Amino acid sequence: MDQVLSLLTNIWFGLLGVILALYVLLDGFTLGVGMLSLFSPTEERRGILMATLGSVWDANETWLVLLGGALFGAFPIAYSVLLQALYIPVSLMLGGLILRGAAFEVREHARNKHFWNLAFGLGSLVTALSQGLALGTVLQGIPVQGTSFAGSAWIWLKPFPFIVACGVISGYALLGATYLVLRTGAPIQPRARLAARFAALFTLAAAATVTIWTPFIYPQVAAKWFSVPAIYYIAPLPLTALLAFLMLWRALARNQEGMPFVWTVVIFMASFAGLAVSLHPYIVPPALTLTAAAASPITLIFMLTGIGMLLPVMMIYNGYQYLVFRGKVHTSGYQDSH
Amino acid sequence: MPDVLALARAQFALTAMFHIIWPVLTIGLSLFLVVTEALWIKTRDPDYYRHARFWSKLFILNFGVGVVTGVPLEFEFGANWAPFSAAMGDFFGNILGFEGAMAFMLEAGFLGIMLFGWRRVAPKIHLFATCMVAAGASMSAFWIIVANSWMQTPAGGVMQNGRFVVQSYFDAMFNPAALWGVGHMWFACLETSLLVIGGLSAWYIYRGRHTAFFLKSFKIAVAAAILVAPLQIFLGDGSGTTVFKYQPAKGAAIEGFWHTNPPGVAAPWAIVAWPDKARQRNDWAIEIPGVLSLLATHSLTGQVQGLADIPRQDQPPALPLLFYTFRLMVAIGFFVFGLMLWSVWLWRRGALTPGEVERHRWWLRAWIFAVPLGYIAVEAGWIVREVGRQPWVVHGIMRTEQAVSSLAPGTVLASLLGYVVLYTLLVIAFLTFARHVLRQGPDIKAEPPPLNPAAPLRVEAVMPDNPED
Ligand code: HDD
Ligand code: HEM
Ligand code: HEM
Repeated sequence: MDQVLSLLTNIWFGLLGVILALYVLLDGFTLGVGMLSLFSPTEERRGILMATLGSVWDANETWLVLLGGALFGAFPIAYSVLLQALYIPVSLMLGGLILRGAAFEVREHARNKHFWNLAFGLGSLVTALSQGLALGTVLQGIPVQGTSFAGSAWIWLKPFPFIVACGVISGYALLGATYLVLRTGAPIQPRARLAARFAALFTLAAAATVTIWTPFIYPQVAAKWFSVPAIYYIAPLPLTALLAFLMLWRALARNQEGMPFVWTVVIFMASFAGLAVSLHPYIVPPALTLTAAAASPITLIFMLTGIGMLLPVMMIYNGYQYLVFRGKVHTSGYQDSH
Repeated sequence: MPDVLALARAQFALTAMFHIIWPVLTIGLSLFLVVTEALWIKTRDPDYYRHARFWSKLFILNFGVGVVTGVPLEFEFGANWAPFSAAMGDFFGNILGFEGAMAFMLEAGFLGIMLFGWRRVAPKIHLFATCMVAAGASMSAFWIIVANSWMQTPAGGVMQNGRFVVQSYFDAMFNPAALWGVGHMWFACLETSLLVIGGLSAWYIYRGRHTAFFLKSFKIAVAAAILVAPLQIFLGDGSGTTVFKYQPAKGAAIEGFWHTNPPGVAAPWAIVAWPDKARQRNDWAIEIPGVLSLLATHSLTGQVQGLADIPRQDQPPALPLLFYTFRLMVAIGFFVFGLMLWSVWLWRRGALTPGEVERHRWWLRAWIFAVPLGYIAVEAGWIVREVGRQPWVVHGIMRTEQAVSSLAPGTVLASLLGYVVLYTLLVIAFLTFARHVLRQGPDIKAEPPPLNPAAPLRVEAVMPDNPED
């Protein structure tokens, strides 16, 4: 029985990882473009940025909704502990998402676009910032007693979460910039290339700081990283990320259009795998393991047959939507004309 | 400062009552879009295409607000109701996960194509995308009401070590309140949307703008509403008898009924009354003898439990609120039914023809008046359902006061105020831009993309990039 539960919780850890990765990559570039729009010099250009996202932003955000539901069902205790612990960052994130989403739907109609431009850009920024704070707080460890959160609402207010948040913000900006390189032409594309370089440097700096800092202050992570079998599969991850950075730089220098985005995705996947390996078998470090937080096996199996089987189907039709809207965007106004 | 429980309840009430305004129209309007688009493909009448384009402008505004107000709800359970989430997540969280995977994803995955893909995919593929959006929206109503019904009439498992463990998914999903609840809610969405579509069409006709054009949507809405209105009363009656059977305290509360009727004696029904919880009686009431037994149990002398026979700590709060919101909903149900009888009568006398329709001013006015009624009934119905469930969060299993997170009241208050500000902004934005869309009216010269039924269905779905045609 225990083995079954452990297997099921590991499967669900993997599935949640997939959903989270999809969310981070897809909404990551959406939020990134949102933040970059703050620097757009003209309405026309801002309109083009939004047009690259109009057909997919809702689908991208929906991965977050799926993540919430799946976490709630598969690990109810982790869901309740995390949301209570991250009350303030999550509330800020929701506020940011509300502003951003509303801007998407109404900016086009608005005569005075200034307010909605700010809502779009700052909403994206606040969302990225609070997601980074949430991630940093989780990595830093969340106090738990029994099955409930036992800390203050302000545990995220420490230097480490803010460093992580810088990494997330610049990482999203990098995704957004390389996505724009792919989806736009002059005059936006050259600026996006420049932005991608800046964002890449910041991301690199933040990622290096986090990687070096983590084992020093969190002995349990250090123990894990430098223990013998683990080091063999952990060590290649930062190397992969580093290599991908170099390739990204080269791709930007050579004016390639698609590859910068691809290498950015590789960087994200490598960091992601590193996170997952460092966390496992905990879902809420330092105390709550996967099995301690999990729903009962019958629930995990029922969800696996429903959501697990649907996951590939979801990816297919989401991919189809991307396929339909592929190609360069040259004009603002994503309502195709009649 | 109010305590955390009161604040968390206020926050749930605000966020849920605000969210529900939008999906109601999404669900009904997406089905209407399927109908107009199918009619366009079938009849090749470009007006139906123009209808689809016009109403989808309203759809997108409404949908956007629905999404951004739904996401906070999804996370509110864990944040404000952590003990509830930890204890009930096995079933409840699972169902929300299903909603995300089956409903929201489907809706979102085809929404872009439905809204912006008119010239990028073939018309039939576009119709398919619209169908998927509509299916996703309706499925989300199914899953969320299943989750909510389970809180009303939990079934299909046992409590073990303070957590609900599912034993039978079938029993838990199809709990006693589920099917009536899903049906009544889904029809509420249809009815509300038909009143909006019909009422707005009537408004254009009344003002003499594009009469022939809007007669088309008006006819669809009237025809469908004639079917939906009586069925909704039937489904409401079914919900009511389920309440009396499984949640007697709620049933007695919405009817202001205090003393269980003795066997063989029919229970009286109060049309108006002022229930008083402190004194455990109605301060005053106008009653019709014998009718409540019939309404609540469908038998002449069926027994109805009175509130006074239920321990006070298990009685719902806010009795007058429950009593009158219930009556408001029922009154709207019958008003709309009456409007439909009127419509049938006029339709049979040929009123739904150009030149004739604009002469029935009072009838058009009644339709315009009915635009907000569905929304009011929906809010009233939800108050009945959710406040009537108190003091339980999961009926008979967990009390609301056990369900609330231990948070500092200031934190909850701050987020509550944040929602008040943001939601006010959303309402203002929606009303401003919806008004703009409605004033602008349809583009009745819009050229539809080529319908090519003679040629075999195109193999490649993607058409050449043609942004500004
Ligand atoms: C257009 C909207 C609409 C209309 C016209 C009606 N209802 Fe309703 N009613 C709802 C929309 C609604 C709702 C918002 O959809 C509720 C709330 C939760 C639910 O499942 O349905 C609801 C709940 C609800 C409940 C509470 C169920 C529970 O607590 O479990 C009862 C007893 C009724 N209704 C009964 C009626 C009757 C007898 C009606 C007509 C004569 C009626 N409703 C018309
Ligand atoms: C969208 C339509 C809904 C409306 C308008 C609505 C309304 C309300 C209101 C007014 C309250 C506060 C009741 C009180 O404390 O006196 C409440 C509480 C609550 N509702 Fe709903 N509700 C809706 C849907 C749902 C659904 C679908 C679920 C579950 C899936 C749900 C779960 C809850 C929970 C967990 C609480 C908090 C605990 C409590 O106060 O009992 N609600 N809702
Ligand atoms: C109180 C419990 C509820 C929760 C937690 C909830 C959750 C959500 C979430 C997370 C979204 C955004 C989905 C996306 O990203 O596409 C959403 C939208 C939606 N919800 Fe709710 N919801 C609740 C109540 C309801 C009810 C009662 C209904 C219908 C009867 C409903 C129907 C919909 C629909 C159709 C959408 C799609 C967007 C829209 O229609 O505007 N929800 N909801």
